[in-house]
Amino acid sequence: MISSAVPGGGGSQGDRCRPGEWVQIESILLKPGERAPQVPEDTQAVPLVMRAKGFATAGAEIGDEMEVRTIIGRLLRGRLIAVNPPYEHDYGRPLPELMPVAMELRAFMKANGSDAAAAEPTGGGGSP
Amino acid sequence: MTVDRSYQGVMGRKRQIITDALGLDYSRYERGPLAFDYDLMMSAAETGFDLERAGRVQADVGVGKTPLHELRNITRLVRALAPEGKGARILVKDEASNPSGSFKARRAALSVYQARELGFKGVIAATSGNYGAAVASQAAMLGLNCIVVQELFDSRLVGQPEIMEKGRKCEAYGAEVIQLTVGPELFYVFLLLLEETKYFNASLYTPYGIAGIETLGYELAQEVREGYGRDPDVVVVTHAGGGNVTGTARGLEKAGCGDTAVVGASVNLRGLHMASDRDFNRKSFTTGHTGFGVPFATWPDRADVPRNAARALRYMDRYYTVTQGEVFYVTEMLAVLEGLERGPAGNTSLAAAISLAQGLDEEAIVVVQETEYTGAGKHPTAQLTFARKNGVEVRRGDPSDDEPGARIVIPEHPAQIRAREVDLDRLRLSLIRNAVEDAGLKEVGEVEVEFLARETQREEDFVRDALAEMGIGIKED
Repeated sequence: MISSAVPGGGGSQGDRCRPGEWVQIESILLKPGERAPQVPEDTQAVPLVMRAKGFATAGAEIGDEMEVRTIIGRLLRGRLIAVNPPYEHDYGRPLPELMPVAMELRAFMKANGSDAAAAEPTGGGGSP
Repeated sequence: MTVDRSYQGVMGRKRQIITDALGLDYSRYERGPLAFDYDLMMSAAETGFDLERAGRVQADVGVGKTPLHELRNITRLVRALAPEGKGARILVKDEASNPSGSFKARRAALSVYQARELGFKGVIAATSGNYGAAVASQAAMLGLNCIVVQELFDSRLVGQPEIMEKGRKCEAYGAEVIQLTVGPELFYVFLLLLEETKYFNASLYTPYGIAGIETLGYELAQEVREGYGRDPDVVVVTHAGGGNVTGTARGLEKAGCGDTAVVGASVNLRGLHMASDRDFNRKSFTTGHTGFGVPFATWPDRADVPRNAARALRYMDRYYTVTQGEVFYVTEMLAVLEGLERGPAGNTSLAAAISLAQGLDEEAIVVVQETEYTGAGKHPTAQLTFARKNGVEVRRGDPSDDEPGARIVIPEHPAQIRAREVDLDRLRLSLIRNAVEDAGLKEVGEVEVEFLARETQREEDFVRDALAEMGIGIKED
């Protein structure tokens, strides 16, 4: 059973879709054992899964086998996994390992006599 | 009639499907069991695109003529690190200003134009990279349908953030995006789609896909001459599938830059298997890395066309790797010292350029020939947050402690950035071995020897010695 409740997965907006709604479907294209001979063991053990999006041609419930019309008009079949799924990739968190780099580089430029060196840290914080 | 949709069944029809989907008969270039006439295949007479026409087709869709920025502060930094009198000027070709945000628009412009000329109703590209967005953008401009097939998820259905962003961008241009779990069977799905839709194979590796990049090499040569009164000394090219190196070098050659060194740079991902479900989300770079760079250089015809027009070893003068941590550090440097927030691909070359420029005279010019757009998923914060979530350690330190898939080490000082040279002769030997083994030959003719010498930019004796070492005989023609 493949869960869609993971990052990168669908994250459904509801349990069912109405005809014409933008949805995401999933299907298994190759089962373990049907995969290309050259793929490594860990990949051999799992199926080749496809996800695609389109407009539902009929109402369906999550998990139902259904049909969608893609944005270019092709008809595709698969299991409904999400209704109007969001884009979930983001900028992540500022990294403590990267945050000091700006100050370090400016300090380096200043130490080497570059007029490109921007204001050095004033320290103390707070506003005037 | 039922079509056999099994993996073996579809792969068995590969040659026919590809030929139908390209409108290009590769058999006319074949010269022997492994030799083919590369120069003929790439000639303007065959492709229909000389530099002038390629440039015109690109200009019509707003592609090319990107700015060439001088990285003044990074050049100062390099000179501060370098011995007295050393430290080349570093320039960058801001390819992010192409319509789809990367140099891939140049390749897509010609491919999609050709598809429309040949009467195809749509185009398909199998790519997890910027090329998908480029094809989608061009298809939108020229009114063709577009399907992009991506390898995006591991078996947990966790998507690589950078590829998720590229998928979103393709959808923004009105393309259908087919998203797959890890595996080389992406190619199988791609073939099935070509067969079903009768769309054009907008492969990265057709002669059009390469002719489109020649304008980049040519343009930068002209701009450096105009701005600085000399030819570029070194052009650093981020290397993955080989198209970028090949097209740029060909463009430089056409501009008459005989003394310019073409240097490839890739992120070192040694030890990570590209088809491994486990390794897939343990890397922080989805292209421009050795996982593509080495296999494509040493076996170009593993691509989605019968004869790959991208043949990096014919054109690369030197090849360097940098670490993931170095590229993240340099991405930050480009933003905070130059005010350019750009995506990862060009910064791989920039990291190598910063290291190489320190060994060159101050008068010399090093060109980093691309940038790409950045955004959610692509940004260092997105990738490093994701890396950490997947159990990869992120810390400051000496980048030589970097271990792909286990540890990313962000340098503590710019002096720690160090491009590491790859032995090209080792890759050349591996190309010879792959070519001969793939063709199943026990003996080769003079035409093969000559071909392999051209493939490796080495003399025929180098090829003869390599063949002898492998126990392959050479027959008189």
